[in-house]
Amino acid sequence: MSLLKLIIKREFIAKVRNKSFIVMTFLSPLIFVVIAAVVGYLASMKADLRRIAVHDPANVIFNTLKNTEEYRYVNTSGLSVGVLRDSVKTEKFDGLLVVPATTKTNEIAQKTQYYSNESAPLELILDLEDQLSEKLTAQNYQAAGIDTLAINKAQADVSIQLKKSSGEDTIKGASLIRIVIGGGFGYLIMMFIIIYGNLVMRSVIEEKTNRIIEIIISSVKPFQLMLGKIIGTSLAGLLQFGIWIVLGITLLTVASAVFGIETGGTAGIAANAAAEQVDPSRIQQLLAAVWDLPIATILISFVLYFIGGYFLYSSFYAAIGAAVDNETDSQQFLLPIIMPLVLGVYIGFFTVINDPHGTVATVFSIVPLTSPIVMLMRIPFGVPIWQVILSIVLLFATFVLVVWFAAKIYRVGILMYGKKPTWKEIIKWTKYD
Amino acid sequence: MRPTVVMLFLTLHKYQPSMEHILEVSDVVKKYGDYTALNHVSLSVPKGSIYGLLGPNGAGKTSLIRIINQITMPDSGRVILDGEPLQPKHIQSIGYLPEERGLYKTMKVGEQCLYLAQLKGMSKKDAKAQLDFWFEKLEITSWWNKKIQELSKGMAQKIQFVVCVLHKPKLLIFDEPFSGFDPVNANLIKDEILELKRQGSTIIFSTHRMESVEELCDYIALIHKSNKLIEGKLDDVKRQYRTATYRIGVLTQNTEQLLYQLTQKYTVAQTHFKSLNQELQLEVAIGNDTPNNLLSLLLNNGMVTHFEEKIPSVNDIFIQTVTQN
Repeated sequence: MSLLKLIIKREFIAKVRNKSFIVMTFLSPLIFVVIAAVVGYLASMKADLRRIAVHDPANVIFNTLKNTEEYRYVNTSGLSVGVLRDSVKTEKFDGLLVVPATTKTNEIAQKTQYYSNESAPLELILDLEDQLSEKLTAQNYQAAGIDTLAINKAQADVSIQLKKSSGEDTIKGASLIRIVIGGGFGYLIMMFIIIYGNLVMRSVIEEKTNRIIEIIISSVKPFQLMLGKIIGTSLAGLLQFGIWIVLGITLLTVASAVFGIETGGTAGIAANAAAEQVDPSRIQQLLAAVWDLPIATILISFVLYFIGGYFLYSSFYAAIGAAVDNETDSQQFLLPIIMPLVLGVYIGFFTVINDPHGTVATVFSIVPLTSPIVMLMRIPFGVPIWQVILSIVLLFATFVLVVWFAAKIYRVGILMYGKKPTWKEIIKWTKYD
Repeated sequence: MRPTVVMLFLTLHKYQPSMEHILEVSDVVKKYGDYTALNHVSLSVPKGSIYGLLGPNGAGKTSLIRIINQITMPDSGRVILDGEPLQPKHIQSIGYLPEERGLYKTMKVGEQCLYLAQLKGMSKKDAKAQLDFWFEKLEITSWWNKKIQELSKGMAQKIQFVVCVLHKPKLLIFDEPFSGFDPVNANLIKDEILELKRQGSTIIFSTHRMESVEELCDYIALIHKSNKLIEGKLDDVKRQYRTATYRIGVLTQNTEQLLYQLTQKYTVAQTHFKSLNQELQLEVAIGNDTPNNLLSLLLNNGMVTHFEEKIPSVNDIFIQTVTQN
């Protein structure tokens, strides 16, 4: 045990003292904050005002078009289309809407044209189409003698109220919260595995290229060394994550103070907008939804999946590091390891969101290689406890199996120099005693 | 084979009580897949000796050393260290300097030595005291806070040597200890090895440098193609490989007659050795005859300037055994 502690301590210190570790630790939050600030700044910038010429001699639509912050519509029905097109070319106008001078709705619907130098913004075109079709539909109703008022009255506005089977109220926004929380935790695990798994691998390769490995394993068991490496590296990683969180919060606070006026301004607008659309009871409901989540289950399972997933994958990384002589050779072996991780995230973000309890989501949340990510994304939606337990038991069983398997590869691999092994050879190593 | 040689062979392989041996390897087999690295190898390393483990590349020396160091396990067979079957606690009784050796490049010398010593089971305090002793002895105290990457290869090798002997192991295993050292430092390390032997350590010494085997080893074993071919006291092995051949120098008036007489009785070959005389230089294999008969024949025909038995060098034995098998 004390040998393991010694190894953990050395690995931890070696990682923490490393220049790139220090740089990464202190630079990453800075980069993050700068990016966030830039994005925030760009988002708060007002878009350029675009002037759209409207050639609508029959006045089908112009009167209903409303100027917005982005688009100003100018009635140019008096000018010929040719002149207007030239003025678009010379950029007097950003676009030109030509509505045929007729009252036949069919012709209008099919022959309305939009001219611009660059490709037209999709958002604008959709908006124009909506307005035109609404207008034309109303005209068609009128022509056919249908009472539009009666239709409007007859229109049923459906909003299904979501309730849990236990009878409590629930709201649609709660789903989003669940996705954000589950997805965040799942994504965090994936990032941690990829970043620190790589570090474990690199440190194994380093010992091989330094040729210190044989000196070390004449004192300790390769298994102890491997475990010490994984634990030491993960502790360094947790420290780094901790520093990131603290620094990130501090920097964000400082940044918001510096950019106070602008961020405050947008926040104010957002708050106003929110106040207009959402009544206070809805906000309360959202907050209640957060508290309604199985927070204890989420946190406990996060810790369990984190440990299980990280150890599982870093054993793979350690075994790969032992099998190769340099990092370039490791690529071929890394692919099958990164695939299930990426698969997990994809399933999480596409399948779980649509159907958290569907077959695909359920299966992949129990299969050990993807369960740390997929199950964490599912848990906020409420997962039967037996599935969680089954998946954790499977994860840890696989973890024990993989560590055993990886230790065998590790033990043989660290003493092999010179040539890149094939998969077949690596499998053969596991059969050595 | 002459009766004396046969008898010698028997005494060499006679069982000796274990307490005289620090290490006994009996009937060890090690296979890697289909490849047999060690094929029923047995060795006995006497306490307090310097034991040369010889063999061409790929013979199985490193496999054997790794088994002794418990880096790998034998498929079958036993290893006894100081009277007890090999077990994890014995790691502390062994010091190992591998052929492929290195150190953490970015770690400081002192820290690294402390770490490696602690891995060998020393307390931090003991390790520090021993390190101070060795660093002063080798005059390298100023390196303590340097990183390994700032040191030359030879300097790093010195550190590795210190780490290997620091915990005062009963058994030291050196795999090519002199590679990478300049002659001055090689000599320094050689003296330290002899000093360790005087203090009672047993040293297993694996090398291709035969002159250092001649100089240092009391016992040798030769492993070739996974089998042990020779083992014994260096002198005994040499006796076993003696060919009753004498190198002679004679100043004579009648060379042809002498050669005629010699070839009648013995097998004669030309040879050359350094001499200030312009004599006839020959190698004469006398078979079952005595050296005295050869000498009197020579004395009757001229003035004898040189007469010595040709003793096989370790190099000769090595090459002869390896090429024959």
